[in-house]
Amino acid sequence: MIEQVEEFLQKSFSHFLIDQDKKNSNIPHFYIKPEGIVPIIQALKEHKTLAFQFLNDLTAVDWLGTNISTRFEVLYLLKSPKNQHFQIQLRVPVEEGDSVPSITSIFKGANWPEREVYDLFGIEFLNHPYMERILLPDNFVGYPLRKDYPLEGPGQDYLIENLLEIHTKEDITEGI
Amino acid sequence: MYEKTQAHFESKFKKLPEGHILVNLGPSHPATHGILQNVIQLDGERIVDSESVIGYVHRCFEKLGERYDYNQFLVCTDRMNYVSTPMNNIGWILAVESLMKIEVPDRVTYVRMIIAELSRIMDHIVCVGILGVDIGAFSGFLHLFHQRENIYQILEKLTGARLTTTFCRVGGMERDIYPEFEAEVKLLCKMLRPALKEFNTLLIRNKIFNERTAGIGGISQEDAISYGYTGPNLRATGVDWDVRKDKPYMFYDRVDFDIPVGEDGSVLHRTLVRMEEMEQSIRIVEQLINKFPSGAYHADMPNIFLPEKNRVYNNMEELIYHFKIIMHGIKVPAGEHYFATEAANGELGFYIVSQGEKTPWRVHVRRPCFWYYQSFPDLIRGGLLADSVATMSSLNVIAGELDC
Repeated sequence: MIEQVEEFLQKSFSHFLIDQDKKNSNIPHFYIKPEGIVPIIQALKEHKTLAFQFLNDLTAVDWLGTNISTRFEVLYLLKSPKNQHFQIQLRVPVEEGDSVPSITSIFKGANWPEREVYDLFGIEFLNHPYMERILLPDNFVGYPLRKDYPLEGPGQDYLIENLLEIHTKEDITEGI
Repeated sequence: MYEKTQAHFESKFKKLPEGHILVNLGPSHPATHGILQNVIQLDGERIVDSESVIGYVHRCFEKLGERYDYNQFLVCTDRMNYVSTPMNNIGWILAVESLMKIEVPDRVTYVRMIIAELSRIMDHIVCVGILGVDIGAFSGFLHLFHQRENIYQILEKLTGARLTTTFCRVGGMERDIYPEFEAEVKLLCKMLRPALKEFNTLLIRNKIFNERTAGIGGISQEDAISYGYTGPNLRATGVDWDVRKDKPYMFYDRVDFDIPVGEDGSVLHRTLVRMEEMEQSIRIVEQLINKFPSGAYHADMPNIFLPEKNRVYNNMEELIYHFKIIMHGIKVPAGEHYFATEAANGELGFYIVSQGEKTPWRVHVRRPCFWYYQSFPDLIRGGLLADSVATMSSLNVIAGELDC
């Protein structure tokens, strides 16, 4: 199955493919340029034998601080129910500030997941019908799932480990 | 959040036609079961348009998952779908175990499967029971909730908690089952069948219920697939996808069960599918409990599974392992893994990116609710306001899972 997908992508969309080392993953994956994601998903969905009809998952990963040069990757998980529910993953490397074309015109269900990625990672999707925050309030500052966003929220730049020290140095007699 | 919704709806519904009104259902409303807000534009009693606002119980578990180690994240999965917590635990632990390629003893898998199926029954009881309550039938709910309480008591004896079970551990279970477990599960199965039958006569075969739910809130197969529906809501449209059959995990390929499908995806068919799924779950549990294997309740991997307390206090090796696991966590190889299980609401997938450290680099949860709830405005458009309540109940949207 994976050979057929690879052959199909190489034949029709070789100019959109990025040649990059494969990850150690349980799902076969391909690296795609952002501008190629809409035609490729459209073609995979409408292909008679491959028939990747189901968008299984849509998310992103932040690679800040690793040896991977591109900051983010948007991950699309597609499933082909006709072929024993075979799954492939399309990975779109994105730099900070870049945007990715939306696939809501192909899969209606991509609407909220794309908004979620925008909300938590700050990756914008072009031609999305309603690109706004979904889980967090509109006046929220920052994108929580980015690696440079502290777990405790902004404004508290100390680590939990330093808390003990901060508290021991506190003058509790102050104000008495 | 409130400021957002106010400003947003003022701009969206600025030019309301004469006679149209805006109704704010939620975020805390008796008919929503959870913190879900829907702003509905009404023309008389007909729904013209609506907008769902979510995020009221967002805790960003995916961020917490980057700080917690693999066993600690278990408590977050408890709080996702809080109606059937053990299934989330099992989904997460199976994802970690398949990433680490751990083989657990048969006994562990048997207990996990039994608990998973009992939780599925629990979840479906809540869904169909509350649906009845929402449209004015209280008795069916009361009768069936007695059985749910029995399942909760088994869970309580097994794990010490009713809601936040935190049941599994990487490589096994928290503890072995209690001695009366088998007898109690057998008795439960014996009592569940008549209870479901009674519920069928009380509510499902009731003429008013049928007329009230047939044909409303329906969705076509193509739309359901396009929206990413999974689970009973997808099967109600006639698509027979089930992760338990498509990509069998645990021992689902060794047990005999059927996948019920509906026809038009309406509220009635969702309910019927859930009723039949409960029967099938009882079937699975009965097959498992009759050939329950003996053996250990965890894999023999001292570097992963915490040793028993009395041995920690008396043996040096066990003390070292205990210290190493608590302080350094378990070693997970670098790699990426997507593992999906069939939870009560549909495909619950955990996507783990590991860099070989104590904590995952990234955790993503594919929540079934999040995918199908976005179609809610489409489902209720053109219908009556009272039907939207029934549609919401039959979808079984769990706020904790939706917002994650």
